Amino acid sequence: MSVREAVLARVRANRPQGQYALPGLPKFALTQPDGLVAAFAAALAGMGGKLIIPTAAEDATEMTRRQLAGTGVVCSAVPEIAGNRDLSQVRQPRDLADVDVAVVRAVLGVAETGSVLFTESELKVNTLAYLAQHLIVLLRREAIVPGIQDAYQHPCFRTAHYAVFHTGPSATADIEGVLIHGAQGVRSLTVVLTG
Amino acid sequence: MNEVDLQPEDPRRKVLHPEVIGERFEGARREDGTPLVHAEGTSKPIRAKAPREPQPRGARERGNRPVDQAEAAERFIAATEHEKAHDERVWDMRQRRDRAAHALPEWEEMRTLASRIKEHALAHLDQYLEQFEAAARSNGVTVHWAADAAEHNRIVHSILDSHGAKTLIKSKSMLTDECGFRAYMKGVGIEIIETDLGERIQQLDGEEPSHVIGPAIHKTRGDVADLFARTLGSDPDDDDVHHLATVQRETTRPLILNAGAGITGCNFAIAETGTVVVCTNEGNADLSANTPPLHIASIGIEKIIPRLTDLGVFLRLLARNAIGTSMTQYTSHFRGPRAGAEMHFVIVDNGRSERLGLEEFWTSLKCIRCGACMNTCPVYRRSGGLSYGATYSGPIGLILDPTLNRRKYSSLPFSSTLNGSCTNVCPVKINIHEQIFAWRKVMAEEHRLPVLNMEMMKALGEVLAHPKLYRAAVGAADEMLKTLPHFVVDNPLNTWTNKGRTMPAVPQHTFHSWWREHRMNRQGQS
Repeated sequence: MSVREAVLARVRANRPQGQYALPGLPKFALTQPDGLVAAFAAALAGMGGKLIIPTAAEDATEMTRRQLAGTGVVCSAVPEIAGNRDLSQVRQPRDLADVDVAVVRAVLGVAETGSVLFTESELKVNTLAYLAQHLIVLLRREAIVPGIQDAYQHPCFRTAHYAVFHTGPSATADIEGVLIHGAQGVRSLTVVLTG
Repeated sequence: MNEVDLQPEDPRRKVLHPEVIGERFEGARREDGTPLVHAEGTSKPIRAKAPREPQPRGARERGNRPVDQAEAAERFIAATEHEKAHDERVWDMRQRRDRAAHALPEWEEMRTLASRIKEHALAHLDQYLEQFEAAARSNGVTVHWAADAAEHNRIVHSILDSHGAKTLIKSKSMLTDECGFRAYMKGVGIEIIETDLGERIQQLDGEEPSHVIGPAIHKTRGDVADLFARTLGSDPDDDDVHHLATVQRETTRPLILNAGAGITGCNFAIAETGTVVVCTNEGNADLSANTPPLHIASIGIEKIIPRLTDLGVFLRLLARNAIGTSMTQYTSHFRGPRAGAEMHFVIVDNGRSERLGLEEFWTSLKCIRCGACMNTCPVYRRSGGLSYGATYSGPIGLILDPTLNRRKYSSLPFSSTLNGSCTNVCPVKINIHEQIFAWRKVMAEEHRLPVLNMEMMKALGEVLAHPKLYRAAVGAADEMLKTLPHFVVDNPLNTWTNKGRTMPAVPQHTFHSWWREHRMNRQGQS
């Protein structure tokens, strides 16, 4: 008998007696009285991230371009921002180790938690969102869902090979509880609200 | 930015041990300057003061003989600075957990749901394992099965060998600790680099993690400064926490970039989609999985949940219950390999299928490793995780460890006050304190009681067998306690007071004398 068969046989033999039906999942209502954007902003700020809402005079793309002007190595995974490092020329994931700022578009945002979601389709090279020193995330206003439960309705979880929620930047407090941003990943995460 | 954050009237001043509270927050802040509290960050500025106190070490290695948790705990308590800083930090996590839990009206309903989903998954585990395996295979993942720890280590070794990988970057995984993975790999000449800051500290110091969330939570900044000076060549007098974290980031980064393979654990394995979900705060699991051309995930069979949407329940509970935030910084879903890379899942039993058959104990397999039972446990808070001398410490450790080695961990179920707080905070409703008590019964039946308990039990057995002798003994003992001087009562043979506790006040009457006076007389009965 293979190890697989032996493990499964023991699991079957030791199966707990009794009825253990799978419960249905109720939809819990979330209290977000000031709306999704305000809830998202508050949750994100609590996790060490920042939300920028462009003014009427300047659109999000222009604003992001202006902010990026003069910052070292910029690598963008979105067509509207050029950057100065071509992602299509990256041969190995580690080649992105010298990137100062990465720009990525999120699949969706979660108001309950301040999270943004990416898959390999948005990241192009997955390490972009970790090896860069700073991360700028473009998020469409209408792509914000109320809660984590809603986020899991998105079809990408059933098709993407890699999907990840980022909730603020990389953080650690493993030494005396002192909170530090930029443990192994990005030191800051800024979400720019678009369209 | 304020130099002094804590004013005397600041509610955060309500601390357990003012001696280890610093004057200002040194951690990350919001734009308006107010301190941020997320990840494992404390809401009070802990600061172990100079002169540095040497770090108390964990339980002494005694081979297969029972771990002496009480002895290690005494040494931890004797190191007052460490004990107080640990207690303060761990209790702070418990308080943050309470605030997060109370903010969700559906909290109790969520706990019930999580418990029922896990019970269902465990009761149908064979089907869900097969479903998970089939989904993973169709996603392009190579699936391996390991009956025990040794087999897990051999399988991972052979995967690495077939890729010629000599270095392995690793994100935190309790399962690999359970398997003695680091020691094994050292023996076969493969270099492992832990990428979580706390776990890296523990690796460099040759220690196991002391807490499931904060592996180095028992250490002060001074301990880390000494360790990094010894192992990474940093300045021993620089105990600035930001500098220490930077030393680790900068020394680990090149190792991550050049590693031959990466390994992660698994928080949840979704049967429906074949996905492995990993939660971290540092993003180190994502680096470990996404940088090298090979990703291996070690998965305990009990991590299975049926549906993708079940994550909406478990993720809402996990970080809130662990550290009081609504999510961890990173929640990563690994479903298939990257283009040009390989992904392997190693499904590990290592005693879990046997545990499934233990009627009183199988529900311990529901555990999602949040650490809340540790944070609330008065024994854990004051004795530190390493005093347990086992992979799993705290209340959950007391009921998991004996299933891994019944002799070695036979004394652990006695390291509890049975106050039930662990059960109350468990997000998946494991009756932890009842299982601790049930393990005591098992150990008593198998004659595995700690020696002092054995002697006391024998004497107690004599007295309890004779009701009159019992009444006389209790009355006499209480009378003696009222008049005996402290040095007689607090002697080393009193196993209650020699653990740093004081005797409770002696009651005016014994229950029996009270009953005789009030009830029996009133009813005119003799």
